Amino acid sequence: MNPALYISKTGLSAQDRQLTSISNNLANASTIGFKRDRVNFEDLLYQIQRQPGGQSSQNTQLPSGLQLGTGVRVVATQKQFTGGSLQVTEQPLDLAINNRGFFQIQMPSGETAYTRNGQFHLNSNGEIVNASGFLLEPSIAIPENTNNITISQDGIVSASVLGVPTPQELGQITLTDFVNPAGLQALGGNVFAQTAASGDPQTGTAGESGLGSIIQGSLENSNVDIVEEMVNMITTQRAYEMNSKVVSTADQMLQFISQNL
Amino acid sequence: MDKALYIAMTSAKNNMLGQAIRSNNLANVNTTGFRGDFEQARSMGVYYGEGLPTRAFALTETPQTNFAEGALIQTGRDLDVAIKGRGFIAVQSADGREAYTRAGSLYVDSAGVLRTGNNLPVMGNSGPMAIPEFQKLEIGLDGIVSIVGKGEAPDALSQVDQIKLVNPDETLLKKGTDGLLYAEEDVDIDIDVTLVSGFLEGSNVNPVNELTHILTLARQYEMSIKLMKTTEENSQASARLLQTNG
Repeated sequence: MNPALYISKTGLSAQDRQLTSISNNLANASTIGFKRDRVNFEDLLYQIQRQPGGQSSQNTQLPSGLQLGTGVRVVATQKQFTGGSLQVTEQPLDLAINNRGFFQIQMPSGETAYTRNGQFHLNSNGEIVNASGFLLEPSIAIPENTNNITISQDGIVSASVLGVPTPQELGQITLTDFVNPAGLQALGGNVFAQTAASGDPQTGTAGESGLGSIIQGSLENSNVDIVEEMVNMITTQRAYEMNSKVVSTADQMLQFISQNL
Repeated sequence: MDKALYIAMTSAKNNMLGQAIRSNNLANVNTTGFRGDFEQARSMGVYYGEGLPTRAFALTETPQTNFAEGALIQTGRDLDVAIKGRGFIAVQSADGREAYTRAGSLYVDSAGVLRTGNNLPVMGNSGPMAIPEFQKLEIGLDGIVSIVGKGEAPDALSQVDQIKLVNPDETLLKKGTDGLLYAEEDVDIDIDVTLVSGFLEGSNVNPVNELTHILTLARQYEMSIKLMKTTEENSQASARLLQTNG
């Protein structure tokens, strides 16, 4: 069969994957703390049909050989941990991280997951939880009758209770960083899990040893650039069309031979 | 039967191989740093013995890789680098040899090794580059990697290593089976090669060009088939003439 058929097929499926990732990025264009994905393409292996330097006659050699590529593949999707813009919301439990770092979330399984989404809430026990109701780690409980919650840049949570003149210190939110954040596994729900590729979590105080500071009353927008995604969509669509054109050309060739011979 | 049938067959077969090369280029039209391959046909004469030299079969070959530059795509990521003008980034291929690429979507793995997007370690001054823990990493024009170490002040920028940028004679480079470029001898660092950070270089494949070649090859192929059909008709006609009980 015509090898071009299978080669273009790899092109079609790679562009299809690219479109999947673009549509996921666009769908999450206003998800707080979302980090966009980029698909990394790589050319597949090459098959040497004929080595250069083969004998063309008894005394002469061919100057070049024949090496056939076998198409393209998606080698990885890479999360882009560039910062998103900050949006001021004035909500006391809306937190953004300026620069590197993740909030730790305790998952129902007991494991720790990591997120850049700083939309926190209180549960019925007064503890700080994320939108899914999972506890922020280290767990911090806000007492009843709290009038005002203040979270400092280094994560110290203090509450002023009605009738008590001095604010009460409740605990400190710590942040975690990874050597290779792009190696984290996205679990959905805006949270990430540690993998061998990401390295071990390094937990510390916000604003120290390379970690970003915590900004109260702000949220980090998604880092998806709509214009860039649209342009990527155009190139993906056209590349898809051209590859499908090759499939139909190869098909016509095979049709031609079976009809004419 | 006339041997012309076999000559036409080699032509059709080699058109298909030529199409495989072109469609591989087109499949990689969105691959970062991809360099397309050329395809050409050679006529191979088989003039042995006496008689007219009418027998020459076709042979498709890949004479060279196209080293034209691809378009620069702005990404804004610190670790995305593209080479301005000529030159290559040296990486260590899977079998430990030094190979060259233009795909510069780099990352630092959990052990601190600087790698390309397809997981190959990037070569520094002496072998693969290891980077200590950092809070900010900058890649200079000349490939010098400098970092602000963990917990250090923003002005405490320290140089770690230099990415090996080379500019070998392109006619001596060969594409390996893994798609990387290899030189026959090791190439020394070239200080004139410059990088731009925050950009990636796209594929250098011109889709219109490739598609036109594919269609040309398809028409050539059809002509070869037509020729095979004609030789078939010729031999049918001669068989008819020689039928005794006509």
